[in-house]
Amino acid sequence: MEYETIVGLEVHAELNTKTKIYCSCRNAFGLEVNTQICPICTGMPGTLPTLNEKVVEYAVKMGHATNCSINNVCKQDRKNYFYPDLPKAYQISQADIPLCEHGYVDVMLDGGVEKRIGITRIHIEEDAGKMLHNDAFQGSLVDFNRCGVPLIEIVSEPDMRSSAEAKAYLETLRSILQYIDISDCKMQEGSIRCDVNVSVRPKGSTEFGKRVEMKNVNSFSGAMRAIDYESNRQIEALERGEEIFQETRRWDDLKGENFLLRSKEDAQDYRYFPEPDLTTIYIPLEKVEELKKTIPELPNAKVKRYVKELGIPQTDAELIAENLQRCGLFDECVSIGGVSPKTVSNWILADVSKYMNETGKDISESNLTAEKLVKIIKLIEDGKISNNSGKIIFDEIMKNNADIDAVISEKGLSQISDDSAIEKIVNEVLAANEKSVNDYRGGKTNALGFLVGQCMKASKGQANPAKCKELVLKFLNG
Amino acid sequence: MELYEMSANELSLMLREKKCSSEEITRSVLDRIKSTDDKVGAYLTVCEENALSKAREVDAKFAKGEQLSPLAGIPIGIKDNISTKGILTTCASKMLYNYVPPFDAFVIGKINAADMVITGKLNMDEFAMGSSTENSHFKKTHNPHDLDRVPGGSSGGSAAAVAAGSAVVTLGSDTGGSIRMPASYCGTVGLKPTYGAVSRYGLVAFASSLDQIGPLARNVTDAAMLFGTICGHDSMDATSADREYPDFAGKLNSDVKGLRIGVPKEYFGEGVDDSVKQAVMNTVRELEKKGAQLVDISLPSTKYALNAYYIISSAEASSNLARFDGVKYGYRTENYDSLIDMYEKTRSEGFGDEVKRRIMLGTFVLSSGFFDAYYKKAKLVALKIVEEFNEAFGRCDIIATPATPGTAFRLGENMGDPTKMYAADICTVTVNIAGLPAVSVPCGKVNGLPAGLQFIGKKFDEQTLLNSALAVEELYGETRPVNV
Repeated sequence: MEYETIVGLEVHAELNTKTKIYCSCRNAFGLEVNTQICPICTGMPGTLPTLNEKVVEYAVKMGHATNCSINNVCKQDRKNYFYPDLPKAYQISQADIPLCEHGYVDVMLDGGVEKRIGITRIHIEEDAGKMLHNDAFQGSLVDFNRCGVPLIEIVSEPDMRSSAEAKAYLETLRSILQYIDISDCKMQEGSIRCDVNVSVRPKGSTEFGKRVEMKNVNSFSGAMRAIDYESNRQIEALERGEEIFQETRRWDDLKGENFLLRSKEDAQDYRYFPEPDLTTIYIPLEKVEELKKTIPELPNAKVKRYVKELGIPQTDAELIAENLQRCGLFDECVSIGGVSPKTVSNWILADVSKYMNETGKDISESNLTAEKLVKIIKLIEDGKISNNSGKIIFDEIMKNNADIDAVISEKGLSQISDDSAIEKIVNEVLAANEKSVNDYRGGKTNALGFLVGQCMKASKGQANPAKCKELVLKFLNG
Repeated sequence: MELYEMSANELSLMLREKKCSSEEITRSVLDRIKSTDDKVGAYLTVCEENALSKAREVDAKFAKGEQLSPLAGIPIGIKDNISTKGILTTCASKMLYNYVPPFDAFVIGKINAADMVITGKLNMDEFAMGSSTENSHFKKTHNPHDLDRVPGGSSGGSAAAVAAGSAVVTLGSDTGGSIRMPASYCGTVGLKPTYGAVSRYGLVAFASSLDQIGPLARNVTDAAMLFGTICGHDSMDATSADREYPDFAGKLNSDVKGLRIGVPKEYFGEGVDDSVKQAVMNTVRELEKKGAQLVDISLPSTKYALNAYYIISSAEASSNLARFDGVKYGYRTENYDSLIDMYEKTRSEGFGDEVKRRIMLGTFVLSSGFFDAYYKKAKLVALKIVEEFNEAFGRCDIIATPATPGTAFRLGENMGDPTKMYAADICTVTVNIAGLPAVSVPCGKVNGLPAGLQFIGKKFDEQTLLNSALAVEELYGETRPVNV
């Protein structure tokens, strides 16, 4: 039998606000353990939370960016459970009324096919601390720095049908989070994490199978592996005539397997109830609208515009739009104008990206500006320098922040495109190579390449090769 | 008269007239603690050295002619669930037997800024759960009026200290009557402010939506002075009201002419001692003679209030008390073989029976499948109660009821029967559910024991409450410490 895989994702993204969600401690990663803490985020008796309004703003922005409706009146709730990294023994979250709900994102699948994935809800909550296991110490230690770091949880509809679709969805979410600048999206720092829900059903069936939730998925590629593994596990079980149970499993990416964490019967009862220490969240409608206006053109819209209006191939457009720095540079170059967008795109995807990958730097941290890049491309397109010279200039800019004109004159990179100058060289070369001229005229057309090469040589490489070829042909055929 | 017998208001004047020093007042109170507390058991921690050094500091300020707050140099006792930096704050629980907070509660900041002298921390029912102070892990507090009887609870230490003269004024906390009830049993004044008038920051939470800190004193003026000192907006408490408050003590006025006093029949029905009803009714009739107008009102949902209260308060408590898990501070069991084992043993050994009972009750009512039937329904009852109060306040300015259904009962008398113990809160819980202010003021004696009249006011109208309480006080006279 053929099966269909159904995937739904719960993505947790840490917000990059300056301070934590319920106290004024710094929201920062990678600092010495238990230094970014206070009595409030460590849940000391008698302390009370007060909501950081920036967190609400950031979440509303994400809601707008994912086409959600915004519940401008909502509340916060307590999710109760015991764990040493949760010092209040409850997490302040949102239960029945999330800040944002009923949204969607359009994701681009392979082959340029677009698919709409529903967003069930987005709510705000606080992160817990981190357990540290140290051989030197018998037992566990807790780092509370992460306690109270603001999170949004983005819950999707079960709209994905493969691990590839899930990956496309995750990448779309990540680029949106980066575009609206509310999360650092550093997977390795745990600033985006996801829980994966997988079920399978016979192809053509309209009913969903039993859903299995997987925890501990720590990367996008891990999510793909986890989905493929779980989907196969369920299909194999069904093929053997076994039943699938609603349960929670733990993904082990190293082993490439998952393990039962708890069955439905053991599911925790979080005993949600309204957080009495906090008042109702109320966002004036004007504020909701104001936040909507801050949402920039999002990756999907960019890709569509690049393809339709600028003639950029789909794959290239996606690569440009995927990265905020790349598309920022691209958009700026295009708006300066005077150069072909396709050439700009080629430069960004080749030379610029290569440099960034090699150095690990962001474009904003480098010497490159849109003005400089446009100038190089324009010099090439106008035939003032060769393509090769352009790359030399680019390297000089990146390494030494060199001035473009200075590099051209110092290295003698300026290209001869003046017709009369090239004509003079062509005349001399043809006169000195009568045999080749006759060969060509006798039908040996490969003599053309030799003659053009001789012209280039005579010009010490500075003649515009296209111009040379054009003039040589003109004389030979004239 | 000894200094410890004087009111804060009198002492404040004497300090300014240089008739005594803060150190002398403080020594007098500390001596009183020494001579009475073996019998009364109001204090869990006495801060003798801190108190004396603070008193001397205040005396030096007076000597320099500094302008100080009206309560500067006056000793105060603090209920042991209010966080005091560097001073044990146990909530009368084994769970926090060694807990010293790293910060001061907002009200302690106010007390310190007013240059009051903290004499120590006062006994209470464990985590403020109880009506007799018998649920303290450490000791029982005795009613100074009759040492065989309870002082009421949960702020039993706060009321007993004021009644015995081992404190001039005290702070208590009131979740369902925990200030007013012991104030009534011990013959003192106790004010439960409007929810949001006093910051809860640093008050170890029992039920967040109901808890309020308030003053206990031997007279209305002292209570008004202390309330005026601790109220005010706090940006650290999201439920704190952002508003200005009048000078309550300065504006005290006992004229009740034209005051419409609502008398709700539901508070004078079954379960309330006839003698208490009589004492309260006699008092309001005296006020009527002075020009007040009595209005019959009805608050029909009162009969559901106790159930709703125990559901809501226990639900919140089950969550608020979950943090006491042995991980970071306080008590941790000695032997355990896993995390779960550590949690279970720590909490089984660290909490007393009443606290465990409420945690279990609260956990149950929040459980999936029961939430709608209990918690949600209780919240609907709360809305109904608010509605009925609003309606009633359309026809009257304040409401008069008994503060407690009876007078102080004997130690041990109700310990075997939790529901009987809970019934002692029947007159007070509606006020917390509706977030209203209320005061308990002595209205004479019944069978030789103090009886308390409760006035319930409109939100943030503590002034009318205190004015009315002052009118009652003028009928019976100011209270002085009783002989122990």
